[in-house]
Amino acid sequence: MKYLALAAGLFATTTAVAETPTLTIYTYDSFVSDWGPGPAVEEAFEKTCECDLQFVGAGDGASLLARLRLEGARTDADIVLGLDTGLTAAAAETGLFTPHSVSAEYDLPIAWDDPLFVPFDWGYFAFVADAQFDAPGNFRELADSDTSIVIQDPRSSTPGLGLLMWVKTAYGDEAEEIWAGLSDNIVTVTKGWSEAYGLFQEGESDMVLSYTTSPAYHIIAEDDRSKTAVPFEEGHYMQIEVAGKLAGTEQPELADAFLKFMTSDTFQSIIPTTNWMYPAIMPEAGLPDAFDTLIEPEKSLLVPAEKAVELRDQALEEWLRALSQ
Amino acid sequence: MAARAFAIRRGGPGFVAAALVAAVILGPVAAVLWRAGGGGWPGPADWAALRFTLTQATLSTLISVALAVPAARALARRRFVGRRLLITALGAPFILPVIVAVLGLLAVFGRAGTLNAALDAAGLPTVQIYGLHGVVLAHVFFNLPLATRIILQGWQSIPAERFRLAASLGMNAGQVMRHLEWPMLRAVVPGALMVIFAICLSSFAVALTLGGGPRATTVELAIYQAFRFDFDLGRAAVLACIQLALVTMAAIVALRVAQTGGFGAGLDRSLRRFDAETPALRLLDGTVLLLVALFLLTPMVAIVLRGGGAVLDLPGSVWRAAAVSLAVAAASTALALALALPMALAALRRPMIEAVALLGIAASPLVIGVGLFVLINPWTDPTRLALAVTALVNAVMALPFALRVMTPQLIDIRCDFGRLCDSLGMSPRDQLRLVILPRLRRQIGFAAGLAAALSIGDLGVIALFADPEIATLPLQILRLMGAYRMTDAAGAGLLLLVLSLTVFWLLDQGGRADADA
Repeated sequence: MKYLALAAGLFATTTAVAETPTLTIYTYDSFVSDWGPGPAVEEAFEKTCECDLQFVGAGDGASLLARLRLEGARTDADIVLGLDTGLTAAAAETGLFTPHSVSAEYDLPIAWDDPLFVPFDWGYFAFVADAQFDAPGNFRELADSDTSIVIQDPRSSTPGLGLLMWVKTAYGDEAEEIWAGLSDNIVTVTKGWSEAYGLFQEGESDMVLSYTTSPAYHIIAEDDRSKTAVPFEEGHYMQIEVAGKLAGTEQPELADAFLKFMTSDTFQSIIPTTNWMYPAIMPEAGLPDAFDTLIEPEKSLLVPAEKAVELRDQALEEWLRALSQ
Repeated sequence: MAARAFAIRRGGPGFVAAALVAAVILGPVAAVLWRAGGGGWPGPADWAALRFTLTQATLSTLISVALAVPAARALARRRFVGRRLLITALGAPFILPVIVAVLGLLAVFGRAGTLNAALDAAGLPTVQIYGLHGVVLAHVFFNLPLATRIILQGWQSIPAERFRLAASLGMNAGQVMRHLEWPMLRAVVPGALMVIFAICLSSFAVALTLGGGPRATTVELAIYQAFRFDFDLGRAAVLACIQLALVTMAAIVALRVAQTGGFGAGLDRSLRRFDAETPALRLLDGTVLLLVALFLLTPMVAIVLRGGGAVLDLPGSVWRAAAVSLAVAAASTALALALALPMALAALRRPMIEAVALLGIAASPLVIGVGLFVLINPWTDPTRLALAVTALVNAVMALPFALRVMTPQLIDIRCDFGRLCDSLGMSPRDQLRLVILPRLRRQIGFAAGLAAALSIGDLGVIALFADPEIATLPLQILRLMGAYRMTDAAGAGLLLLVLSLTVFWLLDQGGRADADA
C-alpha cells in the first residue's frame, strides 16, 4: 500500500509542474534542519518570488560537491548553496556552474570577485575553551603545553580540513613538525564537528576545534557565558560559504533572483543566529549584541581557491605522517 | 532422506530472497564501479587502514564472544526476579545510534568519566580510553549483548530433559559442560563470531572517535576519503569489495566449522539446572552477571541522566521524527522477516546462503548509499524514495541477525521432526504451520524485535538522501547536534533508547507469549 501511495505521489507531482515554478537548491544538511536558516529563508523568498523553493539536503559541503559530480549535467539542482573556498575550484572545474549577475558590497575580510560564486556567510576557525581556561596563544605554545584538544578528521569533516589548511598556511614547510608536536595534545579525532563538540562539552578535552562565533550560540540560546574562542597569534583560517548557479538550470531568472535575494538584508539577518556565522553583508540592524563579545582575529588566513586542492593533498599527507607515528 | 525432503521443498522462495538481498547489496557496488568506469587500486594508506580494521575487528570479536559465553551460561542457569528485564536491558547498547552510545560510554570511561573520577579520588592513576583498546572496549560494549543472546539461545535449545537425564546420572557441572554444553557451543559460537566480525569490520564512527587519531583509520574512512576528497569512485568501490570479500571468507570458515546440535527432541519443558546448584557456581554466575550488567548498564544510566531533563521538552519535530522512525521500522521489520524466514529454511540445505545475508552488515553504507543513488537517480528523485530505501536497507542490515537467530533452531527442528513430518506425509504448508512456526516463535519474536530496534536506531543511508521535511529520529539527533543543541540531542537519544527497547521488548515477548524460559 505504502509503495502504491508512493507511486501515486510520484505521478501526481510530475503532472502538476506547470502551476508554479520550482527552484531547487542543494545544500548541506544542517542548513535545512529545523534549527538552520533553511525554513526562514524558504518562507521569506517564497513571499517575493511566486515560486516553490525546495531545499535538498546532502550531507556537508564536500558531500554536496560529490553528489553534484555524481549527477553531472543531469542534476535537478538550480543552485548549489554551501560550498566553501576550499571546494570552489574543484566545483568550477566540473564546468557545471555558470557566472552569476550579482554585484554587492561584501563585508568580508578579503576582496571578493569570483565570477561563479556568491558568498553568503563566513567565519573563522578557532579553538573553543572554557572562559576560565588558561589557553595557549599559538600552535607552538599549544604543542608545548599539556592542553588537550579534540579535532575533526580532515577526510570526513569540513572544520577538520579547515584546521589542516590553517596550520599549513601559518607554517608552510614546518606544518608537519607542528603536527608532530600536537600529536600528544590530540585526545582524539572525530568524524565530524558534532561529535567533537559533543566530546568537548562532556569534558573530554580542554579545547575543541570550532568557530570564533560558537560562544555566541551559548550566550544567545543558553544565556551561558562560560565558553570562549581562543585567539591565536598566527591569525585564524577563514571559511567563506558560497552559492552558485548551475549552467543547466531551467529557471535561470529565478536562480538569479535567489542569488540576489541572498545578499539582501532579509537573508543576511537570518544567518547569524541560525547558521552561527558572520553575514557576508552586514544587516542594517547590525549583529546581535552577543557577537560584540567575540574575539576578532587580527590576521585572516585563507588559501586562494585555485591553490586549495594542491595544498590540501600535500597537507593531508603531512598530517597523516605526523600523526600516524 | 526425510530430513532433506523437509528442506528441499522450502528451498525455492529462499533462493529468490537470497538473490534479492545479493542484488540490493552487490547492485549498488556494481553501479558505483560502472559509474567510475572501472576500479581504482588502493594506495599504501588504504592497506594500512585494512590492517588496522582487521586487527581491531578480530580482537573485538574474540573478546566479545569469550565474555559472552560465561554471561550466557549464567543467564541460562539462573532464575531470578527481573531476569527477563535484565536480558532486554542488556541488549540496549546494540541498538543505539553510535554517537549516543559512545557519549554514554565516555561518561563512564572517558577522561572526565566516573571511572577516572573514582580512580582519581582513590589516589590511583587515571586510565586513557582513546586508542586501539578503546575501540575494542566500545565494540565489546556494542556486541557483547548480541553474542550473549545468540549463545543464550543455544543454551535454551538444549531440551530440559537432557539436563534432567544428566542430573539423574549424577553429572556435575564439568561433566554437563563436556557432554551437553560443549557440543552446543561448537555449533553456536562460530556463527556468533562470524556475525560480530562482520559488524566490527565495517565499524566507522566508533573506531574513529575512540581510536585517538589517524592510526585508527578504518577501511570505511578510506572509502570516505576516496569519495569525498578525491572523488575516486573506483577506489571506493574496490575498497568496498575488499570488505565484502573479507566477510565472505570469514562466513565460509565459520559456516564450515559450525556443527549442528543434534540433542534430539524434548517436550519443551522449562529448564532446571540440577548440576549448577552448588554455592560456588551460584557465586560464579552471580559475579559474572553483576560485572556484565555493570559494564553494559552504567553507560545506559549515563544516557538516561544526560537526556532525562530534556526528553519532555523536545521540539515537535523530534516527536514527528520518532513517528517516522517507527513507521520505517514497521516496514523494515516486516520485510526483514519476509526475507529471513525463507532464507533460513533454504539455509538448511545450503548453509552458505547465510553468507549472502552477512554481506548486508559488511557492506560500506556509503558505497551502498551512493550506488543506490546512481541506480535510482535516472528514474526519479532519490529524495522521494528516501524512506522506502531506508526501510529496505535497514531490513537487509537486520537480516544476518535474524538468520543467525533462526538457523540453529531450524536445524534442531529438522533433526527432531523432519522424519515424523515426512512419514505423516505433511504438506510443506502444514509443516510450516504446525511444526516449524510454533517452534520458531521465540526466535521469530527475537529477530523481529532486533530488526525493529536496529531500524529505529540506525542512521542507515538516509543522510545521503535526506528530505528536509521528513527525518528519522537518528537523523534528527544528528541535526540537533549539528545545531549546537547537545542537550536536546541527549533527550532525543534517550527517547530513541526508550522507543527501541519498548519495541524490542514487545516483539521479543510476543514471541515467547506462553513459553517459560
